[in-house]
Amino acid sequence: MMEYLLHILILTCIYGVLAMALDIVVGHAGLLSMTQAAFFGIGAYASALLTTVAGVPWPVGLGIGMVLSSLMACAIALPSLRVHDDYFVVATLGFQMVAYSLLNNWIGLTQGPFGVAGIPPLTVGGYPMRSAWMFALVALVFCGISWFVVARVGRSPFGRVLRAIREDEILVLALGKDTLYFKVTAFVVSGALAAAAGTLYAHYTTYVDPSSFTIMESILIASMVIIGGAGSPWGPILGAVVLVTIPEGLRFLGLPVGMAGHIRQVVYGSTLVLVMVARPRGIIGRYSFGR
Amino acid sequence: MTKREACIAVGETGVACLSAVGLSKTFDGTRALDDVTVSFAKNAITALVGPNGAGKTTLLNVFSGFLRPDAGQCFVDGRDISHMAPHRIAQLGVGRTFQDLRIVGGLTVLEHAMLARGQQRGERVGWAVLGIGVRHEEEENREAGLRALGYVGLETKASTRAADLSYGEQKLLTIACCLAAGRRTLVMDEPVAGIHPAMVSDLTALLRRLCGNGRSLIVVEHDLTFVRELAAEVVVMDEGRIVAQGLPRSVLERTEVLEAFVD
Repeated sequence: MMEYLLHILILTCIYGVLAMALDIVVGHAGLLSMTQAAFFGIGAYASALLTTVAGVPWPVGLGIGMVLSSLMACAIALPSLRVHDDYFVVATLGFQMVAYSLLNNWIGLTQGPFGVAGIPPLTVGGYPMRSAWMFALVALVFCGISWFVVARVGRSPFGRVLRAIREDEILVLALGKDTLYFKVTAFVVSGALAAAAGTLYAHYTTYVDPSSFTIMESILIASMVIIGGAGSPWGPILGAVVLVTIPEGLRFLGLPVGMAGHIRQVVYGSTLVLVMVARPRGIIGRYSFGR
Repeated sequence: MTKREACIAVGETGVACLSAVGLSKTFDGTRALDDVTVSFAKNAITALVGPNGAGKTTLLNVFSGFLRPDAGQCFVDGRDISHMAPHRIAQLGVGRTFQDLRIVGGLTVLEHAMLARGQQRGERVGWAVLGIGVRHEEEENREAGLRALGYVGLETKASTRAADLSYGEQKLLTIACCLAAGRRTLVMDEPVAGIHPAMVSDLTALLRRLCGNGRSLIVVEHDLTFVRELAAEVVVMDEGRIVAQGLPRSVLERTEVLEAFVD
């Protein structure tokens, strides 16, 4: 039982980081991105392949994953940010689909749907973090560092410009700020943090396959931001807690196995609709979604 | 020397704060700007007047980089800005206020003024995360912001949300932002339109003070009493062309100018 609770804690930390990172783009800059799972996947696969195939230590995988993800974020942001609003959402959806297809079909590199197995555990000072306790500690520290980064970004003059862009991009240009730089940078920071979460995930599960990085995953992460509330690191964390624990909690209702999956979808969907209707700002958010 | 050559010379030497040579801009077959050649004096208030659709706002949008001219060149302090992005032009010292008051309602008045400050280290994400020197810089931004707010008379509203200000106060805030950013040339689209009559005289005094402190102002305005009182020079536009330029009392009496307004 304890192992199971720790498992939920670790998942919450990983998703909390993904959602906090996404909030830089969605909450502060007001750009609804649907590519977060792709960055998550890039980080996870970079770590998985580098540590199993190349046998390098995990920090190298982490670093290369973050760099690759940043480059990818630049490549995505530059064309996507030329379109606005709904078109931006569609553009990011497109990139998410491309990234998933690459993971699934570039069999020579990723082994396609078979995934990558045998990822070694994280080691800290040469000591492997095999037990759930150890790993939970690592996940908490990682979540804390990410919280610090996201909070700093949000409170800084950089975050102030992002919030201004969200409200009136023309004004920000007239004030002499290169808005494209700010939007691309927000996207890059968000992607790099998501890649770091991917590294953690890969070493935790010891196995990755493309099904963890689908469009559904991107929607789930965006839902965490929307349900928890955008604009501060606490909202996305709360969203992650809610959306990780509710489906897990449903396991204990003793539903038939065939039904449980469907019920989860229903609960998840209705939570999202309920929040959008009753509280468009999310539980503790600053900005409302939808009109 | 032709007028055109003279204007290029004026533009390149930087005698004028803003100047344009042969600017043209067409929207769907309508000539919004039709071979506009004009220069605006430094350290003076110039009013840009004309009937609706004369091309005044289009001219401002070309000068501030939001529109690219189809033909012609424009200069800021002698630098060619015809193909420069809006934020680069702003960094050259051209501040812009808008007719449809653009404002970030969610920020406080002080935050708004601090946002306007240029070249902030804390706007680089690496420095922002590391936090090195950002706090000190924010102190400077705060002081400069408060000074700018004090200049326009908004210091008591520093912690009010910008969205909660009155319309006139929001107009003052946009001016304060130009000051906090240290702009030398202010391009203003209808600064007194829609504000309470009691505030007009305050605003007139403020604009005069700005000019007295060595700034150049280009003001689009419909209110001719305001223009007569304030402007050292008037530029009249009609149908995308400059039809007259000169002292307010002589230009505004001329029949062709009056006719342009009657249309």
